[in-house]
Amino acid sequence: MEGFVFPNEQNVVWTVMIVLYPYITGLVAGAFVVSSLYHLFGRDEIRPVARFSLGAAFVFLLFAPLPLLVHLGHPERAFNIMITPNFSSAMAGFGYIYTAYLLLVGIEIWFIFRDDMIRRADGRGFWRLVARVALLNDLRATEASHATDRRIIRFLAGLGIPMACLLHGYVGFLFGSIKANPWWSTPLMFVIFIFSAIVSGIAVLIFHYMLIARINRWKIDQACVRSLGRFLWGFMIIAVSLEVLEVVSIAYKQSEEWEILARLIEDRLFFSYIILQFLVFSLVPFLLLGLNALFRFRDAVSNAILWIASVMLLVQVLLMRWNVVIGGQLVSKSYRGFTSYMPGVFEREGLAVAVVIFTIPFGLLYVFHRFVPLFPPEAMRPTTPAERPAPSQADLH
Amino acid sequence: MSRPPDDPSDRRRFLRIVVQSAGGFFFAGCLADAEDGGPPAPPGGTAYDWNKFYWAYAVDTDRCIGCGSCMRACRTENLVPEGFYRTWVERYEIDADDKAHVDIALGRSASFDRDALPPAAGRRKAFFVPKLCNHCKNSVCSQVCPVGASYQTKDGVVLVDEQHCVGCAYCVQACPYATRFINPHKHVADKCTFCYHRITVGLPPACVLVCPTKARMYGNLKDRKDELQAILHRRRYMLLKPELGTNPKCYYLGLDLEVV
Ligand code: SF4
Ligand code: SF4
Repeated sequence: MEGFVFPNEQNVVWTVMIVLYPYITGLVAGAFVVSSLYHLFGRDEIRPVARFSLGAAFVFLLFAPLPLLVHLGHPERAFNIMITPNFSSAMAGFGYIYTAYLLLVGIEIWFIFRDDMIRRADGRGFWRLVARVALLNDLRATEASHATDRRIIRFLAGLGIPMACLLHGYVGFLFGSIKANPWWSTPLMFVIFIFSAIVSGIAVLIFHYMLIARINRWKIDQACVRSLGRFLWGFMIIAVSLEVLEVVSIAYKQSEEWEILARLIEDRLFFSYIILQFLVFSLVPFLLLGLNALFRFRDAVSNAILWIASVMLLVQVLLMRWNVVIGGQLVSKSYRGFTSYMPGVFEREGLAVAVVIFTIPFGLLYVFHRFVPLFPPEAMRPTTPAERPAPSQADLH
Repeated sequence: MSRPPDDPSDRRRFLRIVVQSAGGFFFAGCLADAEDGGPPAPPGGTAYDWNKFYWAYAVDTDRCIGCGSCMRACRTENLVPEGFYRTWVERYEIDADDKAHVDIALGRSASFDRDALPPAAGRRKAFFVPKLCNHCKNSVCSQVCPVGASYQTKDGVVLVDEQHCVGCAYCVQACPYATRFINPHKHVADKCTFCYHRITVGLPPACVLVCPTKARMYGNLKDRKDELQAILHRRRYMLLKPELGTNPKCYYLGLDLEVV
């Protein structure tokens, strides 16, 4: 603590879980946008990760409310938010937006994986049962039904983009609409959240796809990852510019709150915000991705660059969430001082629980993949020793 | 089962569970609301008619001597958990360079730290400012509460329904005056209730009752003969953070610019 802080401000009330929650919904929104790049915008080179991205969006979505439940003082009353919503509250929409989006992604997944599930349903064992239940025991598939499926998928992919923006923009709005908090209260907040969500979504897909390909010795689809890399670069430029602009505009206006915010940035958040979020984890990936987009490196080099940049951007977005959520609460509403916060490891809302919540979706993705393949056959081709040194033929545009 | 199965309240609860689990969360909620008749009936039975009251509070900063009686009384009256405050008293010291030093009476004893002051020689002025929930007319806390657990009563008091609050702490974030906290035992939002259990039976709030200098006052804005109204008509007053549009109903007489 430093300076004068109101007496009830000695405890930071939104901690690790509330950092994790927007992080996870961001991954959902971003991964969904990637899947729509293929299903809706016809970026065919993204096909190898199109289903994977939707699967990732789905499993992360399943776990998005978990940090909130862990955080609530009375999780058993969580449904009050849907039973007795107070519509003047920005938070009241959560239940509805979330449920609607979960349904949408679930239905889209169902249509996309229908053929695979039909194949499963013809097989044997446990998965046969699961597939039959999921398909309601309807195993018909004709040319006409496929055409219908594709139309529905396109429609859902289209509808999903505004929904993804809504889901995540809304999270930004939760913070941006708190006029009591000078660090949060800006109309730019929800735009920043949307773009950083897309960045984290693309980054997690590149990171995870390359990791899986590595482990399974699949050949990484160069056209796909290079294209994703360019999207990542573009979206990160927008996201980081907005983040910078936001602070610059408050600073330039020199309004009452700037005095305390300047101290927040220079003092309290200097390391996590200026050094880490901007100088290390934004600037370095920006340069790496820029180099990779402008020059043609060997595949191995390009992949390494992409992978490192993706990991760094995943950290960048996490840092951004941290600096927003925690940073905002460090400033006393008296504008005269700061409270302090150090996350605990083994407490209910501590780091250990956060790590567990964050890793379960990855495990679930693996189970998902055991059920129906998350990658198309061409993405799962093994690398042959002869192929390794040769430049990729796939990337010709 | 202690109650006979045809007890209507049992049946009603059962029906409610069935309807809710069938997926009709929203509509069940509407029904439940209608059945309860909106906000809870004011305590005090029929004697108290909340249509006749609109409560307001005033603090005369010139009078406060920083004794902390109000804080102790509040803690005892409302069982405020250790480390949290429904009301508190701030001490301001403006030094020779016009710099404000602010601190607070902390702990159970609600006493100030004598050594925390700048030397008396360089002191320009000093004063105390009691703080509490402002029972804002346009209260952000009830605006942001996702489940409607924070609400305004008809007689102008902002309260928290402990049975309904989910403990999300959104209201704690939203209150510009930091008067709210999450009760560490009940895990719900907690703050000054204006001693609603007292004012509705004709007793003053505990803090007002014990204040030896009458620095704390309360009154009914709907009563034209009310003493508080007379004071507000006569004296000049200020609100805390008026620029945020919360329209507090806690009026500060003699407030200094340094106070936020
Ligand atoms: S002071 Fe804070 S808690 Fe009290 S009514 Fe105003 S906004 Fe709500
Ligand atoms: S903590 Fe309780 S009273 Fe406050 S916003 Fe959440 S549900 Fe409403």
